Amino acid sequence: MTSRVLVCRCEDVTLDEVEEALAGGATDLESLKRYTGFGTGWCQGKQCVVACARLLEARTGAAPPAPITPRPPLHPVPLGLLAGLPDPEEAP
Amino acid sequence: MKKRVVVVGAGIMGLSTAFHLAKRGCTDVLVVDRGYLCGGASGRNGGGVRAQFSTETNIRLMQESIAICRDFAAAMKINVWFRQGGYLFLARTPERARDLEASCALQTRCGLPTRLLEPSEARGIVPELDPSGVLLASFNPEDGVLFPWPFLWGYARAARDLGVELATFQEVVGFEREGGRVTAVRLCRTTPGEAPERTREESLVRCDEVVLCTGAWSPEVARLAGVSLPNHPHRHEICSTEPLKPWLGPLVADLTDGLYFSQSMRGEIVGGISVEPVPDGIDQRSSRQFLARYARSLVRAVPRLAGVKVLRQWAGCYDLTPDANPIVGRVDDPENLTLACGFMGHGFMMGPVFGRLLAEHVLTGERSALFQRWSLERYRTGELLTETMIIG
Repeated sequence: MTSRVLVCRCEDVTLDEVEEALAGGATDLESLKRYTGFGTGWCQGKQCVVACARLLEARTGAAPPAPITPRPPLHPVPLGLLAGLPDPEEAP
Repeated sequence: MKKRVVVVGAGIMGLSTAFHLAKRGCTDVLVVDRGYLCGGASGRNGGGVRAQFSTETNIRLMQESIAICRDFAAAMKINVWFRQGGYLFLARTPERARDLEASCALQTRCGLPTRLLEPSEARGIVPELDPSGVLLASFNPEDGVLFPWPFLWGYARAARDLGVELATFQEVVGFEREGGRVTAVRLCRTTPGEAPERTREESLVRCDEVVLCTGAWSPEVARLAGVSLPNHPHRHEICSTEPLKPWLGPLVADLTDGLYFSQSMRGEIVGGISVEPVPDGIDQRSSRQFLARYARSLVRAVPRLAGVKVLRQWAGCYDLTPDANPIVGRVDDPENLTLACGFMGHGFMMGPVFGRLLAEHVLTGERSALFQRWSLERYRTGELLTETMIIG
């Protein structure tokens, strides 16, 4: 039944896919992210990074990994709002 | 340990080279990388693949690279999300419009279906585009976009299947030399994470040939072998939005302010813009200034995108040379060191074809006309090259 367990709900990454990546030699969290795509969707890993880190720790026996590098913005922001930010390089 | 060839850098350039070496029977190859796969520019670029360049060499090479990308999924049994929606270049100044006219004429002579478009015709390709201020556009329907990460997995798996050894988290910390040759590469294990740190675990790999495919890190790695390069790293930022239903055919690139954007097969709008000045050296941090500038230019080009949300931004480094062309091939001293660097932000799209060229060059030692053109020597002799179709 694991094929229907979602680890990353934004990008539809299943437990099977994470296990396959780990069995295939992913030994660190950044590689696991890039191979499965977990953490690259709407929540940017806020919901799935802990589950993936725990699976990595359990399967490799390594020390608990540091989280993946967080990517700004913290929450999704509309382009129209960003377009109104001041640009320090341009004269007012 | 002894290897016939050590390839430094497991980005697309290094992996493609290793794959082609092995395909030609040279399987005694070790590829090392100081970090994880996709950690450098090969994992950070926008995935654009185009033949719209301003020199015949680049046009012809990219025709071959596009063909490789088109066949890659079937040949390597991996989905790379390749989509040929074309590249739409926009010019907003008379000077840029003249550049487009000249490069389009050359591309036509090379057999590309590139055509020049009036601003109103550009709207026929991207109806959501606001063409005000655009003087001229060019469009090649054969250009495309892909998802970079699986290309690396594909090359890595195929190379390993042929016998190539791939060692990530191994940083080159020195080269052993005897006379005019490198005899061994000194490696140090690094820690996982985005900024790998050296451990105390060192090892020595003896070798006959070394190929440097180290992108923006090339000047510092080459220096370890006593080679001084004129390249420098240049940070470029990029971001990605929430996924949308497919609506955008081509990658749109504005040669005036360096804006580019496309829609990936996952539906996100992926794009960037030039920001100057950037911090010196290797810098992969993100800035809010970039987001503001990108958003302003993108919303001007496609006003309907104002309500679409940015999910993530990141950065990578271009590897820039003084004459906007790469430095490729053997150097004179040490004689068994081959460079493949200075790709000006086009290294990913050129990796598939350069892997083949580099493998042939390393195995035969022959310097074709292409490799003479791209030699490091040209900066001493002053025979510099040109290329005007650089985004960002």
